[in-house]
Amino acid sequence: MGGYILTRLLSAIPVLLGITVIVFLIMAMIPGDPATAILGSYATPENVERLNRHLGLDEPLWRQYFIWLGNLLQGDFGRSFALNRPVLDEILDRFSATLILAGTAFVLCSALGILAGVVSAARQYGLADKAITFVVILGISVPSFFLGMMMILLFAVQLRWLPVSGMYSIWGGGDVPDLIRHLTMPALALSVVATGVIARLSRGAMLEVLRQDFIRTARAKGVHERRVIWGHALRAAMVSIIPVLGIQAGFVLSGAVYIEMVFQWPGVGRMLVDAILKRDILLVQGGVVFVAACYVGFNIVVDVAQSVLDPRIRT
Amino acid sequence: MRLFLRLLFRNRLAGFGAVVLGIIVVLALLTPVLPLHPPNATNTANRFLRPFADGHLLGTDHLGRDLLSRLMWGTRLSLAVGFAAALVAGLAGAAIGVMAGYFGGRTDNVTMRGVDMLMAFPYILLALAIVAVLGPGLLNALIAVAVVNIPFFARNIRGVSVGIAHREFIDAARLAGMGHTRIILTEVVPNIVPVVVIAMSTTIGWMILETAGLSFLGLGSQPPQADLGSMLGEARSALITAPHTSIVPGVMILLIVMSVNLLGDGIRDALDPRLRSGALARPMAATRVERVRVPAPSGEGLLRIEALETQFHIGPRTYRAVNKVSLDLKPGECLGLIGESGSGKSVTALSVMGLVASPPGVITGGAVRLEGQDLIGAPYEVLRTLRGRKVAYIFQDPLSTLHPLYRIGDQLIEAIRVHEPVSHSAAHARAVKLLEDVRIPNAPARIRAFPHELSGGMRQRVGIAMALANDPDIIIADEPTTALDVTVQAQILALLDDLRRSRGLAILFITHDFGVVGQLCDRVAVMYGGRIVETGPTADILSAPAHPYTRRLIACVPELGGGRRILAAIPGLPPAVDDLPQGCAFAPRCDKAQDACRMGEIDLQGTARQVRCLFPEGAP
Repeated sequence: MGGYILTRLLSAIPVLLGITVIVFLIMAMIPGDPATAILGSYATPENVERLNRHLGLDEPLWRQYFIWLGNLLQGDFGRSFALNRPVLDEILDRFSATLILAGTAFVLCSALGILAGVVSAARQYGLADKAITFVVILGISVPSFFLGMMMILLFAVQLRWLPVSGMYSIWGGGDVPDLIRHLTMPALALSVVATGVIARLSRGAMLEVLRQDFIRTARAKGVHERRVIWGHALRAAMVSIIPVLGIQAGFVLSGAVYIEMVFQWPGVGRMLVDAILKRDILLVQGGVVFVAACYVGFNIVVDVAQSVLDPRIRT
Repeated sequence: MRLFLRLLFRNRLAGFGAVVLGIIVVLALLTPVLPLHPPNATNTANRFLRPFADGHLLGTDHLGRDLLSRLMWGTRLSLAVGFAAALVAGLAGAAIGVMAGYFGGRTDNVTMRGVDMLMAFPYILLALAIVAVLGPGLLNALIAVAVVNIPFFARNIRGVSVGIAHREFIDAARLAGMGHTRIILTEVVPNIVPVVVIAMSTTIGWMILETAGLSFLGLGSQPPQADLGSMLGEARSALITAPHTSIVPGVMILLIVMSVNLLGDGIRDALDPRLRSGALARPMAATRVERVRVPAPSGEGLLRIEALETQFHIGPRTYRAVNKVSLDLKPGECLGLIGESGSGKSVTALSVMGLVASPPGVITGGAVRLEGQDLIGAPYEVLRTLRGRKVAYIFQDPLSTLHPLYRIGDQLIEAIRVHEPVSHSAAHARAVKLLEDVRIPNAPARIRAFPHELSGGMRQRVGIAMALANDPDIIIADEPTTALDVTVQAQILALLDDLRRSRGLAILFITHDFGVVGQLCDRVAVMYGGRIVETGPTADILSAPAHPYTRRLIACVPELGGGRRILAAIPGLPPAVDDLPQGCAFAPRCDKAQDACRMGEIDLQGTARQVRCLFPEGAP
């Protein structure tokens, strides 16, 4: 087990390096003088000169990459010219908000998706199955940002149940109940698409598993049907559901960008969009690398979970 | 193609999707000639007109522009961008995939590692990075979305191309002296086109959504030009005061994406043959029963199967897998049920406890009486409490019949605890004892093993231990030794025989092997084409088979040390049970068959020794 985790961690290193190479190459395609692109067109010549030296922008591309990588490894992501603060500080400030939002949505979509998928498979062609299938099709097709806007109209404006936007109330907020009230709508809106995808996949995986011989064995033993479905079958189906959870985590993280815009959530996604519109290149670069690295880390967790579940992987 | 379209439209949702998408596409194409307001003509006096206002069917936006007109033009733009992105991603991905798959080796390795790297990004990060470099704009958003989706296509198409690259016709083309380019273009590409088309049809909806998303963020189309996403993005600031400006483009995106998805699913389902046959139906907790008449009890006995009929209803076809089969089993007796594959012996056995997969299985008649209680149509809860406690099963292949992810100990403990409310530790002790009873060495340690860690013989011992867990009266063993090699087979048979004698078990032993029957069974029933053709004491049947089929089945068993002998395989194949011949089902393969054999029902005749034949062996 420990060995498996270690090999998995080591195998992430080339992926992380690959990510830095890709991001670096994309950023190197910026037309014009990179220092001007980074500092904006009003930069003083001294600043441009200093930046050129610091990032090795006069050097060949491969050296620039290693200078940049070395800086990254020391936690130096550069300075955001628009915010005038270190990129890493800004990312870390923003990332916790994104983590709360995306994490909640991920838990929601996993739980609801698997639940709906199992019920749907257990009642195949029944009323519940048809209803779930219909909702799933709708859920997969609705743009999350549009859904978020409609939720604001209904729950915040019409019914006044929940706050319109933000993460905390400006006055008298800041505690956990306040956070939950602000979190409910964005997390729900963000989880809908992934819930649909996971429900659909779980249904298929369950149908596949329910035809297996070991399910018949469980029934022949006299195991109650509820346990056959939620124990034996789901346990086996999880083997094909878990990798999809890993993929969906990426989609939840992506969707968070839209949802953060709609609900004015102070996360990394909104930071990135603002940075692009302001052409704050270092902030975009750092944010992309940071979030991608976190995603790789999350996928290691998923793989380890998979190996805990399936003893055949470990050996 | 006709079949494909019929299948597609039989799926009502896909048909609905096709119609909605068709209408939207036609309207989008016709937009320039429709009598609409100019989409970008501002009129600030008429800001935020509600829908159904004079001259503005859907109202106006924050600059007083006609929403209907903007919607149509925006739809046109969104569709075009989505299709274009799918096309670019599809073509580029296909090119990369074909190269990697065709050349293989290092090209493949390097390319696919690159693709893996790209897939390690949450997709939008990559898109954002690309837009950050190229600057906001619709064309750049299109490029970003296309690039982000290239890895998906590349990976899919590489998989298909690898398969094609190793086919004979590629080698033939190479030997004929064709160059790589020509082979790829003339031999490989035509074969992957369908895959590309399917992949595109399932992702177009997604691409439309993504480009709309980038536009929504303000990174796609720039004012005054507007696709659906940027319409929604611009309307967001007026969401509360003029919700219709958001709802109109939002609903349109929803409609487009939903119809594309429905259609894409329909296309995929129509092309996936597994779904066509309905093979993905899940078996229910107990076999469906549609019984018209319940036969009266014909006698006493531990287990009496009476005129049992089990059928499979697949589409318009009915397979009569079990046709009026009657068997009885006395306490402590071992009854062999023998026949070729497809003769209905396993279905008979599974019908006893309602374990025939349903759908498609249906029990259409007969009764199964356990100590006088009819199990067919019994409530699920009754059936469940009897399963494993009174009647236990041992199945054929213990690798697929044991749960692969549970330790064998847990599976045993579960079997005990479903029927008896004992503590976990008590059940654990009993499980160890059970493993020792089936002679698994080092049971206390083995109990923590997973099925894949055991050998085939050991796994089957676990299967037997599980069947014994609740001290059942009857064990139904469905070819328990077929998947094992011969020495292990002998051990398992000896074990079963021992257990039967020491515990007074009644065994219904299903096999296709007369050699096994001879070792173990007191009586034998021979099945053919879903019916019993002969029954009687094992020794009698082995020494003097009465049915020609039995005789030939026995002749198929090779004898060790019996010298050279012609092994007489039975010519022909067992009958298809959806199309049984009139009269004797074996007649087409029987060397003694006469015209009379092919007419009308032939009854099972005799009492202790029964045979269903007009011209039994040994008769004058």
